[in-house]
Amino acid sequence: MTWRSARVIGLRDETATARTLALVVRDWPGHVAGQHVDVRLTAADGYSAVRSYSIASAPSSDGRIEITVERLPSGEVSPYLTQQVMVGDELEVRGPIGGWFVWRPEQLGPIQLVAGGSGIVPLMAMIRSRTSARSSAPFRLLYSVREPGAIFYRDELRALSSQGDSVVVSYAYTRVTPKDWPRPAGRIDAELIASGTWPSNLRPSSYVCGPTSFVEHTTDLLIAAGHDRERIKTERFGATGERK
Amino acid sequence: MNASMNYLDGNAAAGELSRLFVADITSAEGQCANCGAKRPFAEAHLYMQCPGLVARCALCGHVLLRFANVQGRVFLDLRGMTYLSVDAAPQEANN
Repeated sequence: MTWRSARVIGLRDETATARTLALVVRDWPGHVAGQHVDVRLTAADGYSAVRSYSIASAPSSDGRIEITVERLPSGEVSPYLTQQVMVGDELEVRGPIGGWFVWRPEQLGPIQLVAGGSGIVPLMAMIRSRTSARSSAPFRLLYSVREPGAIFYRDELRALSSQGDSVVVSYAYTRVTPKDWPRPAGRIDAELIASGTWPSNLRPSSYVCGPTSFVEHTTDLLIAAGHDRERIKTERFGATGERK
Repeated sequence: MNASMNYLDGNAAAGELSRLFVADITSAEGQCANCGAKRPFAEAHLYMQCPGLVARCALCGHVLLRFANVQGRVFLDLRGMTYLSVDAAPQEANN
């Protein structure tokens, strides 16, 4: 797999610390929702750093992809990508990578998505792929965030879940809830799994993405609720969200 | 996050391993040489806090794969798996 040049064609803030970069990648072969790319930055002295970022956008044939990057205070790459990069800049991209944690429009059955923090990114690509393919596969998303201000793609998710047959979205707040929220802040528990996910007897395919501790905890809860481990796919982010 | 959660998974190794494998490694299935479990490589626990990559069986913790890039040479140790099976039509994974 070769490194390809990519030009930044758009920037959009998702939260106070996360930014979406729209890229046009030269000779991009196309991707499947859930895949990621490696991004390489090279300094003038030749020092280079590589990080993995999930693709946030639906598959398209025009070479355009979007990634959403969370800024980490001690990060080496994310501060550059979220604060300094400008429209017109060139990056290097390798991908698409990974053919396992993916959703394809040919999958017709119910889908359960569970996101912790920036783990929403590859799951958002699946939601967008469902829309662009005009799929009617039943989707639910359980999205765990620290606080209301940490939600990525807020308006788009709200619009989707207000359209009848679309994507049912439930939120879990681990630190701060919105005003008058019926649950106290806390991590996902069995009660939230019961109210915010498909019942196991529908045999959904589940995709869980987030920090390792979140993925382990949530997967255990899904299995305890009767879900088949073989139908749960997971993707773990590092504690820092940056992969070395 | 405690120390026992200090790993990622096989998905995170796919970019580096694409330097060696034409096929998609995340959807490859491997059998652990220790406990015999047959699992997708994507589910292996991946440790990256070392000079290379170490993938361990998600069930028993046995080392499945070691990968290192040292002074311009890539080293790969696969003896922790009795086999690795991949999709025979690797290009489809990316399209």
